Order: sequence, then structure tokens, then C-alpha cells
Amino acid sequence: MKDGYDVIIIGGGITGAGTARDCAMRGLKVLLIERNDIATGATGRNHGLLHSGARYAVTDRESAAECIRENLILKRIARNCVEDTSGLFISLPEDDLAYQATFVQSCLAAGIDARIIDPKEALTMEPSVNPELTGAVVVPDGSVDPFRLCLANVIDAKARGAEVLVYHEVVDVLQENGRVIGVRVLDKVHGEVKDCYGSVTVNAGGIWGHHIASLAGVNVGMFPAKGALLIFAHRVAKLVLNRCRKPANADILVPGDTVSIIGTTSTRIPYEECDDVRVTPDEVDLLLREGALLSPSLSSTRILRAYAGVRPLVASGDDPTGRSISRGIVCIDHEVRDGLKDFITITGGKLMTYRLMAEQATDAVCARLGISARCTTAEVHLPGSEIGGLEETARKIWEVPTTVQKAAVGRAGSRASQIELDSDEGQGIICECEEVSYGEIASAVDHLDVRTLTDLRRRTRFGMGTCQGELCGFRAAGVLAMKTGNASSARKDLRDFMNERWKGMFPIAWGETLREAAFTQWVSKEVLGLEDNGI
Amino acid sequence: MIHNEHIRSSNFEECIKCTICTEFCPVIEVNPLFPGPKQAGPDGERFRLKNSFFFDENLKYCMNCKRCETACPSGVKIADIIHSARMDYGTVIPHLRERILAGTDVMGTLARPFAPIVNAVAGSKAGKTVMDKVLGIDHRRSFPKYAGHGFIGWFKKEKASIQDSFPSQVAFFHGCSVEYQHPEVGKAFVEVLNAVGVGVRLMDEKCCGVAMISNAMWPQARRNAIHNLKEFRKAGLPVVTTSSTCTLTLRDEYPNILALRNDDVREDIVIVEKFLSDMLDEGDIKLVFRPDYKAKVAYHVPCHMEKLGWSIFTRRLLEMVPGLELTVLDPGCCGIAGTYGFKKENYQYAQAIGQPLFDEIRAEDPEYVVSECETCKWQIEMSTGYKVVNPIVLLYEALDLDKTREANMR
Repeated sequence: MKDGYDVIIIGGGITGAGTARDCAMRGLKVLLIERNDIATGATGRNHGLLHSGARYAVTDRESAAECIRENLILKRIARNCVEDTSGLFISLPEDDLAYQATFVQSCLAAGIDARIIDPKEALTMEPSVNPELTGAVVVPDGSVDPFRLCLANVIDAKARGAEVLVYHEVVDVLQENGRVIGVRVLDKVHGEVKDCYGSVTVNAGGIWGHHIASLAGVNVGMFPAKGALLIFAHRVAKLVLNRCRKPANADILVPGDTVSIIGTTSTRIPYEECDDVRVTPDEVDLLLREGALLSPSLSSTRILRAYAGVRPLVASGDDPTGRSISRGIVCIDHEVRDGLKDFITITGGKLMTYRLMAEQATDAVCARLGISARCTTAEVHLPGSEIGGLEETARKIWEVPTTVQKAAVGRAGSRASQIELDSDEGQGIICECEEVSYGEIASAVDHLDVRTLTDLRRRTRFGMGTCQGELCGFRAAGVLAMKTGNASSARKDLRDFMNERWKGMFPIAWGETLREAAFTQWVSKEVLGLEDNGI
Repeated sequence: MIHNEHIRSSNFEECIKCTICTEFCPVIEVNPLFPGPKQAGPDGERFRLKNSFFFDENLKYCMNCKRCETACPSGVKIADIIHSARMDYGTVIPHLRERILAGTDVMGTLARPFAPIVNAVAGSKAGKTVMDKVLGIDHRRSFPKYAGHGFIGWFKKEKASIQDSFPSQVAFFHGCSVEYQHPEVGKAFVEVLNAVGVGVRLMDEKCCGVAMISNAMWPQARRNAIHNLKEFRKAGLPVVTTSSTCTLTLRDEYPNILALRNDDVREDIVIVEKFLSDMLDEGDIKLVFRPDYKAKVAYHVPCHMEKLGWSIFTRRLLEMVPGLELTVLDPGCCGIAGTYGFKKENYQYAQAIGQPLFDEIRAEDPEYVVSECETCKWQIEMSTGYKVVNPIVLLYEALDLDKTREANMR
């Protein structure tokens, strides 16, 4: 074997990031390769629901049991990435209340603490829930910030020696005598091609793992199912709201950070469309109609954006909706299945079970390498989670934290102590809606593999608030250009960033969102001089 | 339409982040601790909804001047959002100082019989030191003087019996300051209205509650509001006022802060300048001014008059006065904001906020300043030495009451 890495992991989504962390924790020399930025695929395009497993309890007990185990682990090791909001499964007059008993029974059997409560009590717990509810069950659902969770895994992997290449696309899987020995990658920023060698290569490409596998000459049949979601501008509900019925469209409302997210739809799409999914007017209508049944106030709450992701399910059977497919984890050692050595595909599963997926993939890697180190990812805190929850962490770092410091802790957790947030400069606000400070922006640019404003957004939440980048885009562009010394591409980057913001606003561009967009366009073009379709 | 227009409860989402509110905030300019209306209001609201830990105690520096709301092109009730946050998450408990400052009617009732003594003590160095050290009321602050005889007593004795003889009637919400400190404003009101043929009735009113609202005594404010609304409904007459702050409180703070519906009476609650101006427009009344009246005055528009959007009516009346040299002062807050400027921790900010106004008054050097708000009066008189009068008092002095009475005989 040529000099190289113990393991090359393809895909900087949550599965790849988690696998990189696990491998690094077990002492392996790791290379993580991502063709875009981290968390750009399905990882960053979902509900951000910290499943209790209740949703799958009736249809897929195994997944449900996995979910609740991982749910409890994440609440412990990723405290700045998840929020223990608790959740309700409500029955409405049009739902069969008899389903509730089956549901609770299945939950309990899967180890999920589900408790039937009086509808009146549900209204007290969550005043925004549809008051016509006829039944309610409390479950330990929560919310998870997938960008933050993915980032925490990458940060920890790097701290443990892993190397990370973003904007590097795998263009070939290198083989020798029936073994995979590495990958050929294209550095998309500099346009250079180079070869990287590893003892084992892990395909963690999510839906794009289909393509990676084909580069290796093996087949992993993926089942692309588009899911559309809407982001509402503030927290409408404190709890996660679900419908207590067989899983269907748009029946989950999640309070995520400062916003609320309703979803999803499920539409089978051809594999070729995975790179450019768009939300249709019909999907928007459906999400609004069904969402208002969970919480009627959604129909009078401002919508920030619409977006869609592609579920990376492994194809099986011919169910056209994709909902009856097991969300189970698929870990393929291609030597066993295809006779191709040192190549492992980890797929299926979901955000919730990423840690378990990483554990299984790392176990397979270690088995090939003859390493017996035990998995400790369920016990060791992710970076940011070390001290405790938001309030505890903020007060530990600063006796009397300012609003900006609190907001930083809300995102970075205990990592906020490493960010310059004491000076006036550090506390200067770049993004007003999300209270993102100069300190956070500067720290992300310096330490977190940021190339573009959109990367910076994923690291910090800047530009993700009510105004969608109206002024902060310009401010952050200034910081990024200053820090990287690369002012020439800043204008294009800013335009790309603004256009990406508009892409999400377009499907729901009416009312206040349209006013905001028109105002943003005026500010961008007429005041700040961003030409050429600045918005 | 699946998705409705926005409703009141999510009014903060109508903010399009233009930041004009922050430009107009008098507090943020002088006090860096205050996050400013946009951040404290619509931006902060999203964080408070996420977690109450994001509530910022510095919201207490908001004066509720409502200049942010006046400026907002999107109609966001910024000051109300900030105030509601203080109600929902604030930890400030009203102590003795707050109770004294907010208890405008109780304190007035207690103090008036001893007015000379109370005024002397409150005005003395020793009295001010005690109030500063014990209560936290800044020693540099001058207290308004209590009048020895109140407005209501005068009205009952001198005027009540003839009011039914007028062809139309209004209910006068005189407010605490007219009863306890400035009965001359009430007297001027009655004389002017009677002269144009309008009778005046008093109600069993309680303090509008604005000082209670500002001092975290919301349950008490709510009790007063419920009582007052009942009185307004019982009277079934236009409710006319002389104080801009009472007016704003009765019309807007009742529904928006205290969550009391007043839409059945809200449109009937008007300040006297608007009332007279409307009557003039309708051709219902005539005003005859004294030919020999001469004065140079400067008009300071109180913040709450700006919010009501009614300063135009006062200007219109003042501009009718022959012999009046009128300057309208630049828009700007005087800094006192009711009881805000009395508090030791706010004194320096209150004075800094008012400074441009004080400078302008000195530069104009009028005979006196005109303003509809009693606390603006206290602040300007204390800070500049210029006397401040309510516009109704100026009208009373400028009108030829006999000729006006004749002109309005029907």
C-alpha cells in the first residue's frame, strides 16, 4: 500500500462527518472529502427534528428503537446542537382516535416514553396547537440543528487529526488488484486534480453515493424522494407537533432555533434531478393547508423560505411514495457483496441515527484494518457541549452575559469561550436578525473551512433570519474579503449568496416576504451598488 | 387564500428591517446599554420566543416615547412589543419609589391638604437628599408643586350648576395633573368650551394608569382602566382631554398593553385641540380672539402627540391667534417620559436626551413654551427656566370670551 491515510471518507454530510470523528477517535489517520461545503446535501435540507422514534413506532419498530436510543445520546453529547423541546402527537376530529392506542402501545414497546394527556392539558402546554384536537400524546421529540451537529463532528475529527478537504470532488475511485486504494479528486477551487491514497475508502455520499459507487464499478441503488418544507419566521410552537396517524404529508411542525419548520412532502424524482430540486406551488399549498391543521396560527405567520431535500433512501420494492421503506441503516462491505476489497458504503438511516451509522461504518473499517478500538462516540461530548445547556454555559463563561454572548452560546455552546466576544468589536453585530456578531463571523472564517458567504451562513446562521441577508450579506462579505485578502471574488460571492437567499424566498414571495425582498433589492442595487441582478 | 394577511399577534413580523426606528430612538443615542427599538423589539422577540433567557433587562431603558412607532413605515408596534416583553419576562418588582411615582392620584389626595408643606419639603435640599438616598429619586429633579385647591372643587362650586344649560355636552377627562398640580388648565378648558357653547361634565375618573404601566404595576393600571372605560360608556359623550399622554393611554395603551377592548369608545376620546379643530371644520363653533393679545411662543410637540398624529390641530389653533409669534420646535423628546426621568439611574440620560430641545428653546428665547404634556412641562421648566403652558391655557388667554360666547349663541 502506498503511503496514505488509514481511511478516506467520501461525503461531508452528517454520516461522513460522524464517521470521520469516530475513525479519528479510534486512532485512525483520516481524510474526509466533500465536493461542496459540509452539510450541503440532505444533512442541511431536512426538518431538524430530533425524532423520539414515535413517528416510526407503528410502522418500523426497529428504526423507532434506534431513534430513541440515539435521541437520548444526542441530548447528552450534543447539547448545543439539540433542544429538548418535547413533542405532541395530536388527533384531530378527522383522525381515527383508535389509532392513538396502537400508537402508544407501539411507542412503549420500542422504549419510547409516550403518555396520553387530556386535550385541554395539551392546549395549556402548547397554546398554539389546533384547539379542535381530540387527543394528545406527549413524546420525547426535540429539535436538532443539522449544520451545527455536522460542524461539531468535523471540528472534533479535525482536532483529533483528521484532514478535511471541502470543495474537492471525487472524480475516480482508484483500484488495484481488486482493491480500492484511494480516490482521484478535483480541487474545484483551483481546478487541480490529485490522487489520495487510503487503506480503506468509505462511501458516505448519501443520495450521491449511487454515483460514487458507480465510479468504483459497483451498484448501490438509491431511491431519491424529494421532500419540501417551509420555514416560518419565528417559533410558533414551543413543542414539536405531529399528527397522530399513519405518517403522511406535512404533518410535523418543528421549532428550530428562532424559526418553525413545517414538512414534508414526498415525491419520487429521477436521480438526475437530485442536484437541483425546487419547491412547486402545489407543495407550498399542501404544506400551508396541512400545517394550519397542526397550528392554525401558521396561516397568519410570515414565511421565510421554502426548500427541498432529497431523502437518501436505499431503493427496495416498488412503493411509489417511499414512506413504507425502512429508514434502516445499510452498511455494505463491497468485498462481501461485490468482491471489491477495501470499499465500504454506509447509507440509508437518517440524521437521527448518524452516530450509529458512523459506528457501524467505523467498525467495518476497523475490522478490515485489524483494529480493535472500541467506539466511544456515545460517551464523549461533541465540541460545544462540554459545559451544559445554554444558560449554564453562558453564565459559566460570562457572569452576566450580554444578548450577543447569549446568542453565540446558543449556537456554539461552550466553543463560544474561544470566540472573541468581550470587545466592542467582537460583539459588533453583523447579522441583526440572528444576532450574529463580528466575533463569530471572524472566528468561523479563521477556523471553520469557510470559502463562501453561503458556507459562512451554514456555520453561523447569519442571513438566516427574517430579512434573509438584507444588510448582513454586505457586512459579512466585507469581513470575508478582508480576512482572506480576496476582494476580487467578493462581489460575485455576494451575488451568489443573495441569489441563493432569493431562491428560497421565490416560492413564497408574497406579503411581507415580497416587501422585504423588494426592499432588499433596492438596498442592494440602489444604495450599495450591487449590479447585475443583485437579488 | 390559504395564507392570511398578518394579524396583531405576529405584528413584529411586519418589520422589514429598515432600521428607521433606531434612527429615531432618543435613548440609544445617549445610552449604549439600550439595544435600540429594532433589536429590543421585533428582532429580540424572535429570540425571546425561542428562550426567555434571551430577555434583556436593559429593555427597562425604553421610555415608551413611541417615536419608533411613529417612524415605522410598516406599522409595527415596536414600543408595545418591548413593553409586553417587560411584562412577560421582566423581573422588576415595583418598590416604594415606583409606587410613589405611579400613585399620582393617591399621592395627590394625600399631599394636597398639606400642599405648602409638601412643596417646601419636596423642594428643600434636605427633602431632595432623602428622596435621592432612600427612594432613588434623583436629587437634581424638581418636583411639580401641588396646588392648594383642586380643579374638581372649583368646578363643583363655580361651574357645575350651569353646564346643563348648554346645547351640547362633553365629558372632561382631566387627569391627575389638572386636579392636583395644574387646575388652571382645567379652568381654561371649562371656560373655553363653555364660551363656544359646549357644556362640561366630569366623571368619576381614576388616573389613566400610564405611570402604573411604566412602573410595572399592570394589575393596578388594568383596574383603573376597567373603571374608566365603564365611566366613558356610562357618560355616552365625547371624552375630551387636555393631556396628550392620558389621551394616548386611554386610546392605545388600554387595548395594546392592558389587553382591554375599547373600540366602542376609542374614537370618542380626543384631546381638546382636535375637538375644537373638528368643530371649527364642521362650522359648529366660532373663535373670536382679543385684538390686543401679543406673545412669542415656541411649541414643543410631545412624543405622544406625535404618535397620535394630532399636533396639526394644535398648530392650526395657535396659528389662528392674531398677535402670536409661533415657532414650532424641532421634533425631539424632552427626555422625562413621565416618571422615567425622576429615577436616579435615568436622570443623566433624560437630561442628555432633552439637551438639543433645551438648547433650541434658549436660542429661540420665547416668552413661554406651549406643550400638551404635563411632564414635558416639568422637564422643560426645570431644565431651561422657561415657563410652559398648555395650549388650552394660551387659547383661554388669547380669546375674547365674551365675544366668542356671543358668536356661538344659537
